[in-house]
Amino acid sequence: MKKLITVLFLVASMVVFFSVSAFAEGYTVGMVVKNVGNPFMDAAGRGGEEACGELGNSFIFQGPATPTVEGQIEIIENLIAQKVDAICITANDFDALVPVLQKAKGNNIKVVSFDSAVAPGGRHVHVNQADAELIGKLQVQAIAEMIGYEGEIAILSAGATMTNQNTWIEYMKEELKDPKYEKIELVTIVYGDDLRDKSYNEAMGLFKSYPNLKGIISPTTVGLSATAKAITDAGLVGKVKLTGLGLPSEMAEWVHNGACEAFFLWNPIDLGYLASYVAGLLCDGTITGEVGEEFSAGRMGDYTIVEAEDGGTEVLLGPPFRFDASNIDEWKDIY
Amino acid sequence: MMDEPAKTKREVTFSRLLGFRELGIIIFIVLISVLIGIRNPRFLTWSNFHDILIDTAALSVLSVGMMLVLVTGGIDLSMESVLALTGMVAGMMVKQNPQLSPLFMLILGLLLGGLLGSITGLIVAKGRVVPIIATLSMMYIYRGITFIISGGKWINAYEMPDSFKGIATERFLGLSKLIYIVLVVYVVFYYFVNYTHTGRKIYAVGSNVEAARVIGINTEFITWLVYAISGALSGLAGVMWVARYASAQNDTASGFVMTIVAACVLGGVSITGGVGTVSGVLLGSITVGIINNALPMIRVSPFWKMALQGLIILVAAIVNIAIARNMEKSQLKRRTI
Repeated sequence: MKKLITVLFLVASMVVFFSVSAFAEGYTVGMVVKNVGNPFMDAAGRGGEEACGELGNSFIFQGPATPTVEGQIEIIENLIAQKVDAICITANDFDALVPVLQKAKGNNIKVVSFDSAVAPGGRHVHVNQADAELIGKLQVQAIAEMIGYEGEIAILSAGATMTNQNTWIEYMKEELKDPKYEKIELVTIVYGDDLRDKSYNEAMGLFKSYPNLKGIISPTTVGLSATAKAITDAGLVGKVKLTGLGLPSEMAEWVHNGACEAFFLWNPIDLGYLASYVAGLLCDGTITGEVGEEFSAGRMGDYTIVEAEDGGTEVLLGPPFRFDASNIDEWKDIY
Repeated sequence: MMDEPAKTKREVTFSRLLGFRELGIIIFIVLISVLIGIRNPRFLTWSNFHDILIDTAALSVLSVGMMLVLVTGGIDLSMESVLALTGMVAGMMVKQNPQLSPLFMLILGLLLGGLLGSITGLIVAKGRVVPIIATLSMMYIYRGITFIISGGKWINAYEMPDSFKGIATERFLGLSKLIYIVLVVYVVFYYFVNYTHTGRKIYAVGSNVEAARVIGINTEFITWLVYAISGALSGLAGVMWVARYASAQNDTASGFVMTIVAACVLGGVSITGGVGTVSGVLLGSITVGIINNALPMIRVSPFWKMALQGLIILVAAIVNIAIARNMEKSQLKRRTI
């Protein structure tokens, strides 16, 4: 008798389970980030959750502990096994993830890359933070204004092989060719490898080897805040200006003490929101990821899918956001 | 008559100088400083020297801990994670309670690090797990716990009170407070290693474990102790590090353990155990500090810098070995006379 009740109970619970999943509304979107524990990635996750909530989809947030390709492949394999409907990914490698993502596409899973793209073969569409040209340009314009269009500047980047940073730096050099910057000289580019101690040392080295240095551009979050700390410690606040790409939470202190008057970043919440909104629209068939398709993405407004430089298609989020003393306090607790 | 004693005295000083094991590294430091000074005169200023000392502070504290472990024939790979975990705990604590005194935080770092280190020590001493495996596992475990307790979030500059950041920025008699911490650590450990029974026993265990056991040394206790000490010093360095860079990250000092080992080896510590001095380790740390400080100042391409860094470490090691061998030879010669 006891056995019979147990069996009946099991059958009943299975029926309930299956009917719930069969009648569950919406699609399941899995977001795979570069690594967990990175405030930028966590903020993208919050945006993704928000968009899924609005569309009535469910949201899974995952990422490896360290930013490796192997970790991401494992997670994607898992998501395929779980039969998710879409994957949003910020890739740790442009090419290496293509095979596993093609497998996902073969299982009728929509793939959206964002922030850091995967090759066109591995995705339906890419959601780009902002175009690289604009990112490079804005930073040069900002530093030029700060130093009064005259003097030596340097760039403190992440690793020498980072695709993102190198592309932005190319556009910075392009922008610097404009005659209005003719009195500005880019003296050197150094690399802090996104390590706090090394970036700090490189910044200190810049002050000592270029005594006339007027400004530094650091298009990477760790580099920017380590440079701000170095400027402060060396007593050069106001003498060496600083701008770049950084996180408001990390930079709040240095905006307040004047070491960095203004810096930029796209809003990762918006980026995650847009990526997972696009994923939702791909799932219900509103868009397919072809060039020229127009759609409306909730609170973000209207977008058009355009051709990307890598041959695939992409959606551009918009210009990066400028953080300075006027708005830093609103943002420092957010990301 | 008057000439004789003077000559003997000079001879004694000379042979003492030759007998000084750290001579090689000192010659190297002078050599590299002059070369870099020619390239960029600002390298040889007092303010830059002070910067090097601040930069080296955490490393030199860590090197003492690593030296004691290396002397017993072990290695402690978990130091960088103990540093990160303690740094994160300290960061979170001052964020919640900005009124906590910096001195309290430093002592807390020592204690928490010591606790983490003694767990590792137990695994090596009682569990008989090979040090490299035991400490590698603890390296991952402590790093993982850092992620777990922080929830993946960083503690940023604006969330830390000025008094805490003052550990690195405030000065006393013209010197950064970090330098005084290093001084205290070195005085304590110079005395501990050279003048206490326990300190000498560490060398006995490292030279020959069996012999040490036969003469009644509690080798398990000594093994446990060196890991507890290296943990405590890592904890102290963690608080110094977080205060210095005004940021507690989950990946703080990731990969830094190789730098610590390099500083120890440059300072004449033997990887196989039994050999190592506190003064040598200090010089080794300063050498690494000079290399890190000098490379950004010599205006060469970043790719050359990488290659140069390796080359400089290699040359330092060779100069060190060459001089040590010459010294041994000349000492042997004197013995036969």
